[in-house]
Amino acid sequence: MSFKRFWAVFVCRNREFLRDRSTMTWNLLFPVSLIAGFAVAFSGPGLALYKVGMLSTVDGGSGNDFFQTRYIQFIPVADLPTALPKVERHQLDMLVDPAGRRYWINEESPKGYVLERILRGAGAQTDFNKQTVSGRVIRYVDWVAPGILAMNMMFSCLFGVGYVIVRYRKNGMLKRLKATPLTPLEFLSAQVASRLWLILATTALVFAGTDGLIGFPMHGSYLDLFTVFLVGAISLISLGLIVAARTTSEEVAAGLLNALSWPMTFLSGVWFSLEGVHPVLQQCAQLAPLTHIIEAARAVMIDGVGLAAISGHLLALTAMSIGFMAVGAWLFRWE
Amino acid sequence: MTVLLEARHLIKHFRGVQAVNGIDLALPAGRCFGLLGPNGAGKTTTVELLEGIQEPTSGTIRYRGEPLGPRFRQDIGIMFQSTALQDYVTGRENLRMFGSFYHRTLPLAELSEACALGEFLDRDTRKLSGGQRQRLLLAIALVNDPELIFLDEPTTGLDPQARRNFWELIHQIKGRGKTILLTTHYMEEAYHLCDEIAIMDHGRIIAQGAPRELLAAHFDDVVLQLPLADFPNPAPPLSLTVLRGRDTVEIFTANVDAAIQELRARDISLARLQIRPRTLEDLFLELTGRELRA
Ligand SMILES: Nc1ncnc2c1ncn2[C@@H]1O[C@H](COP(=O)(O)OP(=O)(O)OP(=O)(O)O)[C@@H](O)[C@H]1O
Ligand SMILES: [Mg+2]
Repeated sequence: MSFKRFWAVFVCRNREFLRDRSTMTWNLLFPVSLIAGFAVAFSGPGLALYKVGMLSTVDGGSGNDFFQTRYIQFIPVADLPTALPKVERHQLDMLVDPAGRRYWINEESPKGYVLERILRGAGAQTDFNKQTVSGRVIRYVDWVAPGILAMNMMFSCLFGVGYVIVRYRKNGMLKRLKATPLTPLEFLSAQVASRLWLILATTALVFAGTDGLIGFPMHGSYLDLFTVFLVGAISLISLGLIVAARTTSEEVAAGLLNALSWPMTFLSGVWFSLEGVHPVLQQCAQLAPLTHIIEAARAVMIDGVGLAAISGHLLALTAMSIGFMAVGAWLFRWE
Repeated sequence: MTVLLEARHLIKHFRGVQAVNGIDLALPAGRCFGLLGPNGAGKTTTVELLEGIQEPTSGTIRYRGEPLGPRFRQDIGIMFQSTALQDYVTGRENLRMFGSFYHRTLPLAELSEACALGEFLDRDTRKLSGGQRQRLLLAIALVNDPELIFLDEPTTGLDPQARRNFWELIHQIKGRGKTILLTTHYMEEAYHLCDEIAIMDHGRIIAQGAPRELLAAHFDDVVLQLPLADFPNPAPPLSLTVLRGRDTVEIFTANVDAAIQELRARDISLARLQIRPRTLEDLFLELTGRELRA
């Protein structure tokens, strides 16, 4: 391993990335706008969960506070014949005629079922005492932001290393390098190192940018969060190396990378919590590096825990990195 | 004369293709060796086996009497038939990167001067013309001041001026005692540059030697050329070998006096007669039975 050769490849790879303005801009703007978009969508009074059509207006004295329920949107409708098909097609969850003290629901609609229970006050348990959750208030966007940061990092790691090496192989650049004293280890570590610092830098920029835009809660230490992203990025880049080790076609590489990244995106709880998901899927999710990155990042940012509390995740990520790298280096061919 | 690189019984089979079919070669130090052959003859495969880029199916290759190792990588310069360079990086940066792979390097100014990189040295490699790229690739091949240089069709795509300059450069490199292996489709180039050539076809060497000796060994005749318009059609009965081309007729003879007498006797005008010696091109056609395409 010659540091001089490693450094030469590292510097050249950095130049290529930094001079490719369009890719660079995309890498920075995409996640910022995604998170900002979420912030806008989920701010304000909150989205209505249910839609109820109203055949007539409610007179003040109807005395039913059903019509004051939050998260239900009451929509005036003109007449019964036009409104009924909307209930049949789930465009309206319920149709109410307050004057005629009548309502219609679709028997197949879960939302209709819930609305009916609310309207009729079914199952009112007056002997239950209400307790409020006294904790930090967390917006959906606060919860989803670490996931989006990690997801963005994942795409950048997988495609930025995997796809790029396959492109080099296909256009013959790797063959040219093979003809020099450069060793695979020098070449691969330069690729990994270059991608690693670029990703950590862009992730930091994206973090700062979105934080400035919508403001994150950050209850843990920035150093711990950095550690999570550092260890996570290494594991994802090593995963990319496996895909890049032998693949000679960009199409195959893109297919493989998509086949890795999309299931991970859905399994790792970027968008929704894994609570209540089938246990087998939960087990599968533990095999994906992204799951550990997101869970650890959320624990640091939202719960403010320290490294000890997330050591399990960090350990899993480190083990995966070592495994992926060994396999990737073993499989690697210049051609 | 010391042998720098030696190959014995080289064989390379791809699935269904026998690209190299038992080749023995010895490259003497300080000489320029040319590999000629029609498309698909196995030139590139042979060169890449010798470079250690491809593994032979069987056979051995030795550099200074030893198997190819780290020393070999330090000592050689390679120009592939086609190579991509990193995007968004300039020629100068490429030369620096490749230079840093080696223990010994030539000064950038010297390389730039030798390969005439001057005006495009600091340009993004994506924006170079075909010939400029070719010159940069040659400079990269020379960056470590190699003892042994492999050039696979180095002048394909160069304009005549650039090709002459390239030949001049090769002469300089040879003058410094370096060894060169090159493939080419230009017979004139092989004739000018190579001390020894091998003609390949179907993965085998079918003729080998110094260009002049090869010609002498295969031909004892010269070629008389007449414009097609000056030659009667249908051809009169002649004792000479006649080859009718698109706009010339070529007559092959070892005895020019007798041939001219015979043509005069048939009342054929010799006003526009030209006589040329046999060339490598003739030899190539005779041996491979194929037209060589540049
Ligand atoms: N990787 C490969 N897989 C399968 N067949 C190959 C491969 N490389 C070369 N061949 C085949 O081997 C034969 C020799 O190819 P090679 O490239 O050595 O020819 P060449 O003499 O360099 O031709 P050209 O003058 O066109 O460059 C060809 O038939 C080619 O199709
Ligand atoms: Mg070739």
